[in-house]
Amino acid sequence: MKTLVCLINCRLEIFAVHFDVDVAFCTRYRTVTFPTSRCCLDAWAMKLWAKPNVRFEYPKPPLHSSTTHHQNPWLPRAAAPRPTRLRHSLTAESTNATTFHGICYVVGDNIDTDQIIPAEYLTLVPSNPAEYEKLGSYALIGLPASYETRFIEPNEMKTKYSIVIGGDNFGCGSSREHAPVALGAAGVAAVVAESYARIFFRNSVATGEIYPLESEVRICEECKTGDVVTIELAESRLINHTTGKEYKLKPIGDAGPVIEAGGIFAYARKTGMIPSQSC
Amino acid sequence: MTEKILARASEKPQLSPGENIWINVDTLMTHDVFGPGSIGIFKREFGENAKVWDREKVVIIPDHYIFTTDERANRNVDILRDFCLEQNIKYFYDIKDLSDFKVNPDYKGVCHVALAQEGHCRPGEVLLGTDSHTCTAGAFGQFATGIGNTDAGFVLGTGKLLLKVPPTLLFVMDGEMPDYLLVKDLILQIIGEISVSGATYKSMEFVGTTVESLNMEERMTLCNMVVEAGGKNGVVSADSTTFKYLEDKTSVPYEPVYSDEQARFLSEYRFDISKLEPLVAKPHSPDNRALARECKDVKIDRVFIGYCTGGKTEDFMAAAKVFLNSDKKVKVPTFLVPAAQKSWMDLFSIPVPGSGGKTCSQIFEEAGCDTPANPSCSACMGRPKDTYARMNKPMVCLSTANRNFPGRMGHKEGQIYLASPYTAAAPALTGYVTDPREFLH
Repeated sequence: MKTLVCLINCRLEIFAVHFDVDVAFCTRYRTVTFPTSRCCLDAWAMKLWAKPNVRFEYPKPPLHSSTTHHQNPWLPRAAAPRPTRLRHSLTAESTNATTFHGICYVVGDNIDTDQIIPAEYLTLVPSNPAEYEKLGSYALIGLPASYETRFIEPNEMKTKYSIVIGGDNFGCGSSREHAPVALGAAGVAAVVAESYARIFFRNSVATGEIYPLESEVRICEECKTGDVVTIELAESRLINHTTGKEYKLKPIGDAGPVIEAGGIFAYARKTGMIPSQSC
Repeated sequence: MTEKILARASEKPQLSPGENIWINVDTLMTHDVFGPGSIGIFKREFGENAKVWDREKVVIIPDHYIFTTDERANRNVDILRDFCLEQNIKYFYDIKDLSDFKVNPDYKGVCHVALAQEGHCRPGEVLLGTDSHTCTAGAFGQFATGIGNTDAGFVLGTGKLLLKVPPTLLFVMDGEMPDYLLVKDLILQIIGEISVSGATYKSMEFVGTTVESLNMEERMTLCNMVVEAGGKNGVVSADSTTFKYLEDKTSVPYEPVYSDEQARFLSEYRFDISKLEPLVAKPHSPDNRALARECKDVKIDRVFIGYCTGGKTEDFMAAAKVFLNSDKKVKVPTFLVPAAQKSWMDLFSIPVPGSGGKTCSQIFEEAGCDTPANPSCSACMGRPKDTYARMNKPMVCLSTANRNFPGRMGHKEGQIYLASPYTAAAPALTGYVTDPREFLH
């Protein structure tokens, strides 16, 4: 069955499809449920497979060795678990239940897209799967030397920071969609910034690569790179486990329906603006 | 004005800021950097055999990574060409022979200047482009803004897009433009005033006697940097200057749109132009405004005159005037990058007033500048490493471009000062940031 071949990383879905059962994957920090009917899962899996920029990873089993960055034994030594997230065919139920958990990388104000992905890497075409991965490996490589901690270690393709915390006007400058794509490809699940530049925000919403969330206060001044954080979308809050503080996030606003539908194309299909794709 | 243009494009009688609407797009532009990605998404979502919504409304202009040996960059132009052949796209300004841009009859140069010169910018219309500086076309009294690959892929298939109506900021500029100021100084003044996020999600409308006295290229420079203030789009009312410019460039009928008398604006800013002085934007932000005369201790290593913001014919004529008045040679390497084929040709053909018949190129040569380069985006955005004049090691550079964020022109530790063509030419002669009034009186 095609589904079995495609989802090579996700044995649990294969199990679900084969035995036609519900799968509720719970960890201490997140709960995500999958569609229950086989047909629904097939269609969902086909959509995932058909879209080269949708990837699906389960977190590695927790290891007990401590790390220098955080004391939480649930977090693995290697690349941080990419928070499970369904793109392009989210049901309302799973969106409300989505949480993100990981370690954060903190940047300042006016991080422009040249710093997120310098122009010399723009020859990589994001809709090409191999180039998509390569793009991810260059995310935030344009940050100046004042950022002592690198976002991605040399010779690595992914980041261990699944949440980026920024200041004002995140993503300003060039319209390059490579910016949110590079962050998503690198393993970022969500960005929490004080405010966003318009085109970057649009691109994040349209592609579904990262959740662009806004904070009420300047979280970038209260969090440090390496802090362990959890974002609870339903409650619109961010919890910094390292400092013990909680912060309110702004509601997603008008972009909400587009994000919930799964991006501009899914939204357009849902509202009848363009015909549905055949499964 | 923006609300009225969008109302017409969405077939609604009236709109208010904050409304989310589906609009009909009149023209979609893309280039070699974001075109392949947009095409990939178009095919993925609409099917391998899908056709674009209107083959005459898509304009494809390779301009960013052209004169390079980088294989992927050249492959991207091939991707555009294949798509244009397959879809029978009417407007594709192709380039095949990289050794000499002049032998490519269709190649035009930088997309924003080419769009205007080829008559694709028309008052009252909606122009979307996969480039943040698409807002340049607002100079023609149309709604023009930048979008990403996914949005562009959507427009390719449907000819529509979901947009939110922006509130408008009004900028009133009155007074006669002093002869040492150029439009770049005006927009740097504005961005310095409201900051790089001062116009986020808003429209910037430019009115006043000064604005009315500007020619089309100057209006384009004004609207070009709207995005540097975070602006969604910029507009200047279409008038006789606009209509005259368009006379020989397009035969497509258009209907200009104008703001109502009782139009509401979010805020209003007024400037008395006669009181302004030449400015620079210091590293590393376009809103880091400073008077040129206060930066005279800053030693510079290079000067760039060119790009979509400062590489049009008018810009070069202005720079040539400074060199002519001084009659000296440049002290630092000075690179000239015309934005378009036409600008390049004008450099070599149009005499500079007061020079006794010399062309810009002759004046530049006598002053010791580098030979004018192939028209393209060149080092403005530090593309592939073999780009002409890319900043490959840290240095201080004065540029007529529109951005100076860290690493913009190549090296992360490079320092870029933004300035008008006058304020870029003067420092070329002194080796330090210089107020151009030293050479203009």
